[in-house]
Amino acid sequence: MDTKVEEITHRSRILQALEDQDTSASFLDPLESEMILNMGPQHPATHGVLRLLVKLDGETVIGCVPELGYLHRGYEKLAESCTYHEFIPHTDRLDYISPLSNNTAYTLAVEKLLGIEAPPRAQFIRTIISELARISSHLLFLGSLAMDVGALTAWMWSFREREKLYDVFENLVGARFTTSYTRIGGVVQDMTPTAESMVREFIEAFPEKLEECEKLLNRNRIFIGRCDGVGVLTREQAIDLGVTGPTLRASGVHHDLRRALPYLIYDQFDFDVPMFEGGDSLARYYQRMAEMKESVKIVRQALEKIPPGSVHAFKPHNVLPRKKQVYTRMEELIHDFMLVNFGIDPPDGEIYFSIEAPKGELGFYIMSKKGDGHPWRFKIRSPSFVNIHALPTILKGAMVSDVVAIIGSIDPVMGEADK
Amino acid sequence: MGLESALGDSFLTTKVEDAINWCRKNSLWPMPMGISCCAIEMMAFAGPRFDASRFGSEVLRFSPRQSDVMIVAGTTTFKMAKVVRKIYDQMPDPKWVIAMGACTSSGGMYRTYSVVQGIDLFLPVDVYVAGCPPRPDNLLNALMLLQRKVQKGESRGNAPSYIGDFHSNKLENVAAT
Amino acid sequence: MDNQTVLERLKSRLGNALLESREFRGELTIVVPKDRIADVCSFLKDDPELAYDFLSDLCGIDMFTPERRFGLIYNLLSLRNRHRLRIKTFVEEEDPKVQTVSGIWRTANAHERETFDMFGIVFEGHPDLRRMYMPEDFEYYPLRKDFPLMGISGSLPLPKK
Repeated sequence: MDTKVEEITHRSRILQALEDQDTSASFLDPLESEMILNMGPQHPATHGVLRLLVKLDGETVIGCVPELGYLHRGYEKLAESCTYHEFIPHTDRLDYISPLSNNTAYTLAVEKLLGIEAPPRAQFIRTIISELARISSHLLFLGSLAMDVGALTAWMWSFREREKLYDVFENLVGARFTTSYTRIGGVVQDMTPTAESMVREFIEAFPEKLEECEKLLNRNRIFIGRCDGVGVLTREQAIDLGVTGPTLRASGVHHDLRRALPYLIYDQFDFDVPMFEGGDSLARYYQRMAEMKESVKIVRQALEKIPPGSVHAFKPHNVLPRKKQVYTRMEELIHDFMLVNFGIDPPDGEIYFSIEAPKGELGFYIMSKKGDGHPWRFKIRSPSFVNIHALPTILKGAMVSDVVAIIGSIDPVMGEADK
Repeated sequence: MGLESALGDSFLTTKVEDAINWCRKNSLWPMPMGISCCAIEMMAFAGPRFDASRFGSEVLRFSPRQSDVMIVAGTTTFKMAKVVRKIYDQMPDPKWVIAMGACTSSGGMYRTYSVVQGIDLFLPVDVYVAGCPPRPDNLLNALMLLQRKVQKGESRGNAPSYIGDFHSNKLENVAAT
Repeated sequence: MDNQTVLERLKSRLGNALLESREFRGELTIVVPKDRIADVCSFLKDDPELAYDFLSDLCGIDMFTPERRFGLIYNLLSLRNRHRLRIKTFVEEEDPKVQTVSGIWRTANAHERETFDMFGIVFEGHPDLRRMYMPEDFEYYPLRKDFPLMGISGSLPLPKK
């Protein structure tokens, strides 16, 4: 009983001392050689506002507590007061490195709730943009991991490639970054021939650029020295901790939602799901590089097979009608008015839908009441939230100078971890 | 502002002041307080395509003790506000603040319980950049506006014009969208 | 492995612990009483045929009804059988306590802390139950339906200009 009380007061004093300059905490223990280090929310390499409190014994980490909430924007509460359509721009800002992927996930979840399906051309376009978003996200991972361990050139090169992707998105959607491209029942607008040729051009040129980056890093003694054997996560630990995405597959678990519970049209494409056994940072790096190559394959196949047709489903009570018809016909005007003001018409029920986002399993749990255009409960299962809570297990026994490489290899994004 | 104000006002000191302001404006080293999505556009602003170092912002110093301007990029929550203020207090004079994006200017699209509705509630802001997120060229425009402001010697939110200033028709401190 | 087979097996093994079940859009949801939740979860994980070894998500929900106000949703996934299952349980407003499952799936540790932060549901046996997103001294539970979206002024301090 006593030690528990002591522990609590010790802990709150330590947290207080880390917060402000006036408090100091020292405890009478002459043999104590442990130190608590605050890798604060503002840090060059914590990938956003992540606060890590690491307990060090010399240079070895013996415990770690991640503290989240510095970017908690209240998404779930906000969703309860937004209609389903109004929430689409908010989904861009979840995993803000691959916004198109979140848009797709959200509209697929709402479509599952409503029981409607987008037309085939829209499905193909959504697959293409999901894979391009995956390439964009993994490129940023490549740049940041390389920069965190010291190779600055790779960051500059990966940003150059991402700018080309941004040009493609701008042509496709109109916005570089926060796209809000998908809608319930399809996508906003069709892929023009210019956009298609830009995608094709990018995909043709990309493998070569990727190889250039690989030549710099794959057999680089310093890079391998900093990543090999660092931050090992075993198979059982990964499943128990709920880790998903490339981090899980690099620990030897062959689980990919595109294969396990296929969505969109992934079952029509021929691609491999890479897997590595190491479980260390280097394996996670190889995993993401291999995934980028598979994404290129998928986009190539999709561009060949894409059928012509409409990109909007025809479901008047749930799908926004085309503006041209809204301005000229009565029924569409009424539907537009109802959808914008009161929202869609969902049934009474709850669903959980998840996709294989670049960071892991991005899932939405939506509970709706009959006829109510606002969700009753909207829960976002974000992969980075769970991956960050695997850090205490991974960091135990690691050196403090490896912490940055480990965080970089897990690649968390605080926008979705903090919701 | 700074050391030269100790010399008093005279022809020589105004020339010296001009020269010093010219030096300051061409070497504004930003401290990127990158919190959320705007941070990605800020990284692009420092990246190879929209190069910020040709404007003098050679390095993005993550240490507040070594930087001049703090670019607050991303939604500031109440929990983070304390941290941002602490970092701002650690920056040496003269210092400026660029509020990047809609979230820092006014809370943005998040009218919720945990988001500060604009960082000017606890920080003096010099330039507001509109956009969600603002394009990197927009941020470069803001940097140029700030340079104009530094050249004139105005600083730290005490400047004459800001959004909603009814006395001047010049919306100088608002970067165009 | 489809919903029907799973439901049969659950009915035969759980007996009266299975209060309701519903199938909607191809997903199976079962409701269990709150004092049996830990046994049901460990059975679902350890059973060799069902093998729900992956906890995708754990969340709370405020039904805002006078009795059974808070609900807890457990979304499970079986990696081997590629099958999803949802378990629901309800707690009262006066006594929102439930057994923790962080001993069964370690990932539940983080999700339960978040649910405690947002709803105030206390998980008994949790190793470290403290707030996740809001500051430690925040007095309210944001996702409850009676907490306003804009918050309560003065509940979060702001540094002085």
